[in-house]
Amino acid sequence: MSTQTLDAKSLSPMGIVFKRLKRNKMAVAALFILILLTLIALFAPLLTPYDRDQLDLANSYQKPSAEHWLGTDDLGRDTFTRLIYGGRVSLSVGLVSTAISLLIGVFLGAIAGYSGGWVDNLIMRIVDVFMCFPFFVIAIAIAAVLGPSIYNVMLISGVLSWTKICRIVRAEVMAIKGREFIEAAISLGLEGREIITKHILPNVLAPIIVYATLGIAIGILSEAGLSFLGLGVKQPQPSWGNMLAAAQSLRSLRLHWWLWIPPGMMVLMTILSINILGDGLRDAFDPKLKR
Amino acid sequence: MKNYVIRRILLMIPVMIGISIIVFSLIHLMPGNPYAYLIESDARAEDVESMLQAIGYYDPLPVQYVKWVGGLMQGNLGYSIKFKEPIADMIGRRIGNTLMLSGVALILSILVAIPLGVISATRQYSIFDYVATIIAFIGLSIPAFFFALLLVKFFAIDLKLFPISGMETLASGFTGMKKFVDLVYHLALPVIVLSFIQMASFMRYTRTALLEVIQQDYIRTARAKGVSERVVVYKHALRNALIPVVTIISLSLGQLISGAVLTETIFVWPGMGTLIFQAVMNRDYPVIMDATMVLAFMILMANLFADIMYALVDPRIRYK
Repeated sequence: MSTQTLDAKSLSPMGIVFKRLKRNKMAVAALFILILLTLIALFAPLLTPYDRDQLDLANSYQKPSAEHWLGTDDLGRDTFTRLIYGGRVSLSVGLVSTAISLLIGVFLGAIAGYSGGWVDNLIMRIVDVFMCFPFFVIAIAIAAVLGPSIYNVMLISGVLSWTKICRIVRAEVMAIKGREFIEAAISLGLEGREIITKHILPNVLAPIIVYATLGIAIGILSEAGLSFLGLGVKQPQPSWGNMLAAAQSLRSLRLHWWLWIPPGMMVLMTILSINILGDGLRDAFDPKLKR
Repeated sequence: MKNYVIRRILLMIPVMIGISIIVFSLIHLMPGNPYAYLIESDARAEDVESMLQAIGYYDPLPVQYVKWVGGLMQGNLGYSIKFKEPIADMIGRRIGNTLMLSGVALILSILVAIPLGVISATRQYSIFDYVATIIAFIGLSIPAFFFALLLVKFFAIDLKLFPISGMETLASGFTGMKKFVDLVYHLALPVIVLSFIQMASFMRYTRTALLEVIQQDYIRTARAKGVSERVVVYKHALRNALIPVVTIISLSLGQLISGAVLTETIFVWPGMGTLIFQAVMNRDYPVIMDATMVLAFMILMANLFADIMYALVDPRIRYK
């Protein structure tokens, strides 16, 4: 009994969270899949049997076979190879767009929560405006203005999805601001910037990490949607979204399932893992849940 | 309550202004003039010029903005550049279709999700709960358009059970009951897509809320009094558990409306989503601006509705 409490005390906060997470088998499996997907994307050139854009017009629309595990596309390119390279694009869009939305959301949320008053009011009205945007409508319109490219997809997804984390951070900062240790910091004469970054934000880390995990899913989904409509990542660079666009042709939808079902399944598997891991993290961070 | 509603409505005004400014500047950042994509290359430059003059393309931006917003407020939405048709008519024809699609999807998802959530919660950690949780996670994770494509592939193309797209069989001349059945057939797949995705979150919320309520003291009291388990769950617990569920449902209205965009595009459902997508593809600027504003306004109204519902169903909430 007493050794156990000692053990718990010697763990860092992150250690406790990790220990709790380990007990959630689904979340561990999800984490494992995500690590695997990341490794596959990182080492794509070593794992792929063909060149990414290697054309073979004589062998277009080949069914899956021993040579081409997932068949070939309209230009005779190997679908399996492109699927693996597509993961690079989709995962990096997820990561970068989440970084953008975190940057905006945490910054504005911390300022709004810490300052209060008209600053808070102004920022919250901006949040309201962004929350009323029909996501895909605005995303399509911006994509049409900026033109299709991987960087624009990252930007669009990031700029449109910072509101949730902004509200969360604001609420947390407001709650923490009233605590004694912040009063102490103020009376010691620390600047607002220092108090926010060094004393408040570390305490808001839990919801930020949970949100960041789930945010990657939003980024991947918007890449898939925009590229599917032809407004995202451009060929010949493969992404799961623009591979799915093959299904826009009724002929491929009917006959060439290997062109569009695998990338769709990859998106589904990735997002499913992210959601399960995010859920597990939320439980692991929640001090009210004792297991 | 009355004051609260009035205050909420007044707060909508700056938000609408903010939305209109962003939509307006976004559209005016689009490269090329609106006719650049429309007119055949042999059109004379001075003709294009006079058409641009006529639509006020050369007015200073603030003037254009005020003209546009002024028109919107008077219900004058202007004309589509591509179809030369009043935009109000175009939106009017399609808004009902979007509401029909999302309305049917919403009702279906509520009817399925709440009972499933209740069963899941009352049999926590059973096989049913486990399977339902996994299905809910899939519903939360699957991209709507990929799910739509799978349904089209299996149910419309391979099994030929449902039509691939559209809202009615063209040139069928169906009337009365036959026309209605035809509509139901066309509705089926897009409704399944939208409701499956909504269902997942409603079910999770019902389950969580019910599990939370069941732990409370008044439920233990009811059980101690000898009230049957059925009455405890369905009469005592469910009522309170549904409060957060009502909020989530109202809040998801906006999501449902904007989520319908991609689904509509795939099924070529003649609603607001396809209207906007085609307008973006055609660079039909006025249509994009007006339709986006209409959608944003609908979402704003849905959010207002959510807040009012929240205050109405939960008597514990008192607004200053």
